[in-house]
Amino acid sequence: MHQFEVQTIFDGFRIGGHEIGFTNSALWMIVAMLCLGLFMLGGMRRSLIPGRWQMMVESFTGFIDGMVTTNIGPEGRKYAPYVFSLFMFILVANLVGMAPVGVIGLHPFTVTSHLTVTGILAIISFSIVLLVGFAKHGFKFLTLFVPDGTPVWLLWLIPPIEFFSFMVRPFSLALRLFVAMTAGHILLKVLAGFIINSTNAGVGYGLLVGIPSFTLMLGITALELLVAGVQAYVFALLTSLYINDAVHLHSHETIG
Amino acid sequence: MDPEAAKLIGAGLAAIGAGLASLGVGNVFAKFLEGALRNPGAADQEQGRLFIGFAAAELLGLLSFVIAIILIFVA
Repeated sequence: MHQFEVQTIFDGFRIGGHEIGFTNSALWMIVAMLCLGLFMLGGMRRSLIPGRWQMMVESFTGFIDGMVTTNIGPEGRKYAPYVFSLFMFILVANLVGMAPVGVIGLHPFTVTSHLTVTGILAIISFSIVLLVGFAKHGFKFLTLFVPDGTPVWLLWLIPPIEFFSFMVRPFSLALRLFVAMTAGHILLKVLAGFIINSTNAGVGYGLLVGIPSFTLMLGITALELLVAGVQAYVFALLTSLYINDAVHLHSHETIG
Repeated sequence: MDPEAAKLIGAGLAAIGAGLASLGVGNVFAKFLEGALRNPGAADQEQGRLFIGFAAAELLGLLSFVIAIILIFVA
């Protein structure tokens, strides 16, 4: 589908036979960063009585701060900058991908609808978990795979299962975001196809199929905006849970 | 059977998984609402857990979507 194609905007250089060019994916990542930067700059005036914009930014930082504190505890606040950057980047990238700038000829590219991008984000989260875990606990970190109170006769079964559920985390993180965004955009595309094709087939079909599809599409667009927020939230929430595992070694909430 | 047809049938069967995951997601929110209406005071602190359950249930539906996409476009 055209909206998911990565196209080179101008050629860059080559490393080992791979072409490194400036693509539309890179362009829209930069657009997301610029939007995020503008949003944050407007709110960092540090006035004692916050204005509306500062209120908006502070509610986001307070939200992430609260999430990190409830999930990791007071010592988790030092991970708040990472979780905040992750949350805001995913949220803004999702929303920029939904932006209706197509009407003025700019076709937005949803960066998070590509497994390469979400995969890298998940790998960063997973590496932080590994680094924090091994730096804090050394090889005691491996006791993560043997939860407290495991019966001796189950020692052959529980560690492999725990290990598997640990190793599958980066994949589930990356796949969830990528598939949710891709599926939403395909759904919108299919509904838009219903409207265009039925209208082309004649006025009767247009009224019978096009109008209900259009109404449904309005609802689905609202749902997609919700999904953009929920997926960013879920990504940040699961990252903070995984960091909690690394910091505290099993306060057992293992979710794939 | 024609392999191309088998692929498309498999992709269609994967849609059952997506539908079942929607049951799961609905169940998560229904139970949360049920609990939250009984004890509204405790509801706000449990929102994180609500979304953990939502994410776990949703993932399986998304995986069946991935299987359908792989069957149609890659395999």
